[in-house]
Amino acid sequence: MLTQERIAHRTIQPPAAETEAVGKPQPSADAVVVDHVSKVFIQKDLLRRKPPKEVRAVDDVHFTVRRKEIFGILGANGSGKSTLIRMMSTLLIPDAGRVSVFGLDVQRDEAAVKRLINRVSVEASFFKKLSPQENLLYALRLYGRSGSAVRREMVEIMEKLGIDGKRLGQPLEQLSRGQQQKVAIARAFLTAPVLLLLDEPTTGLDPRSKIDVQRFVDQLRDEHDATIILCSHDMREAEELCDRIAMLDKGRLIALDTVDGLKRAVGSEIGTADPTLEEVFIHLTGRKIDEEGEDERKDEG
Amino acid sequence: MNESIRPRPNPIAGSGLGHEVRASWAFVERNFYIVRRYWGWEFAFLIFNVASSMSVLYIGEAQGGSAAEQQNLVLYLGIGTVVWAYLRAVFSNIGEMITWERWEGTIEYTMMAPISRLTHMLGVSLFSIVYGLARSALLLGVLALFFEVDLGGANLPGATLILLAGSISFIGFGIMAASLPLLFPERGEEMTFVISSVLLLVSGVYYPVSVLPGWMEGMATVSPATYVLEGMRAALLDGAPTTSLGGDLLPILLLGALALPLGIAVFNWAERFAKRTGRLKRSG
Repeated sequence: MLTQERIAHRTIQPPAAETEAVGKPQPSADAVVVDHVSKVFIQKDLLRRKPPKEVRAVDDVHFTVRRKEIFGILGANGSGKSTLIRMMSTLLIPDAGRVSVFGLDVQRDEAAVKRLINRVSVEASFFKKLSPQENLLYALRLYGRSGSAVRREMVEIMEKLGIDGKRLGQPLEQLSRGQQQKVAIARAFLTAPVLLLLDEPTTGLDPRSKIDVQRFVDQLRDEHDATIILCSHDMREAEELCDRIAMLDKGRLIALDTVDGLKRAVGSEIGTADPTLEEVFIHLTGRKIDEEGEDERKDEG
Repeated sequence: MNESIRPRPNPIAGSGLGHEVRASWAFVERNFYIVRRYWGWEFAFLIFNVASSMSVLYIGEAQGGSAAEQQNLVLYLGIGTVVWAYLRAVFSNIGEMITWERWEGTIEYTMMAPISRLTHMLGVSLFSIVYGLARSALLLGVLALFFEVDLGGANLPGATLILLAGSISFIGFGIMAASLPLLFPERGEEMTFVISSVLLLVSGVYYPVSVLPGWMEGMATVSPATYVLEGMRAALLDGAPTTSLGGDLLPILLLGALALPLGIAVFNWAERFAKRTGRLKRSG
């Protein structure tokens, strides 16, 4: 296995074209431009017994996501995936660099960006005592949707995701984790986002629910002209769904390519014709994806 | 924006004033659903409110003096309990809007929605006023069953005017309190509770502020509740005409004119601070 020093030396830089595209609107169909973005969190001891601890969650990351692409971000817990997603979602302000969505700056054009995006996070994030229907009606009103057509659509999409329409009236806390996550997917879908940010949407789901969600994500891109960014540490999921994959380690972008491209590059280095994505990740980072980063910051991974 | 990178327009995400007004209704509807689901707790809180108010009113009845003096004291205390129940409901509902959503885990989704923060606050405030009025009316109804209340000479429109005007500054105070959990994720809610307790102490809910030590009386002058209570008592107990309520109405409106924009400004600043430091989502 590689030592940290060796990893630092052999980090794969994003292709030159990626770097050039950053910062100025290109005549390509870029959906998202992450332009040399960094984010540092300072953890202070309230009683000041210890000096403040600096956690570099995202460190000079830059890449572009093309329109209609399913773009994967792979990394262990604490690698900076969720922090990146939060910056794209207007929920975190970068310390350096900028993020733009379809040419709109996430900070300067916050209101316009919000109309284009939605996000599904690892936690379903609902009012647990309310029913899926009540939760969805609330969320959809915020996006300007209401009325009987919406209620019909709700039932349709839930059934498509394998949830009986009758369950729409039950308190959400009575639904399984997988069912709650499907309601979260439905919430995002019903707002018709142009850019969908999926932050480990299938973590903790049973295999059946996982397949349902993955199939749905695929459909979403094909049928609804959406660009999707998928954060995951599920290699198989990333391999099946993503057009290109960015690998993050300790907040840094260490590789970006198609699955085949990554495999080819690493395969030739380790002397294997067809390495698995997991082998690629281990080779690049020196550890397995389910090992947590040394500097993992709770909830900001 | 370059034509080639322009996204397809989102067919549904609304914009404009109409969208904002409709979106503010989302908060009213959502909070109504929540109250309905937690009806058991609502009932328990109502019982607590009724019991504590009745206890205070019985203390009034236990005091000596003529029947008229006794009734006056009961009414004085009754106005205090009912008005405070209303103001506290408005303040708490707004003050807890962030804490509650953070606890449920929905805060990031609300903050990410394509609506202005003003719309968010307007919706929460509108619900809080309706909720506060409903709870206070219920409380008043129950108290009226047990205590003799004669409002024959009362200036009811004047009292309503004072109460609604006072709501503006309490909304402002509530919005300021709501920003505390954004600044102090672990302690913000406790601070909100402390603020409402201090307002209860210094605003003359159960006694005239003149009995307070000097420094507390100073605090009473910046509490909108002081003027709301004084104005309500003047209108209901003394039947003071609306034209003579200016002495209370003016500071109420002045405090409202300061507290509301200040509250919104503080909240916006706190939101940016939370987004810079990663405090929007509670850690741990």
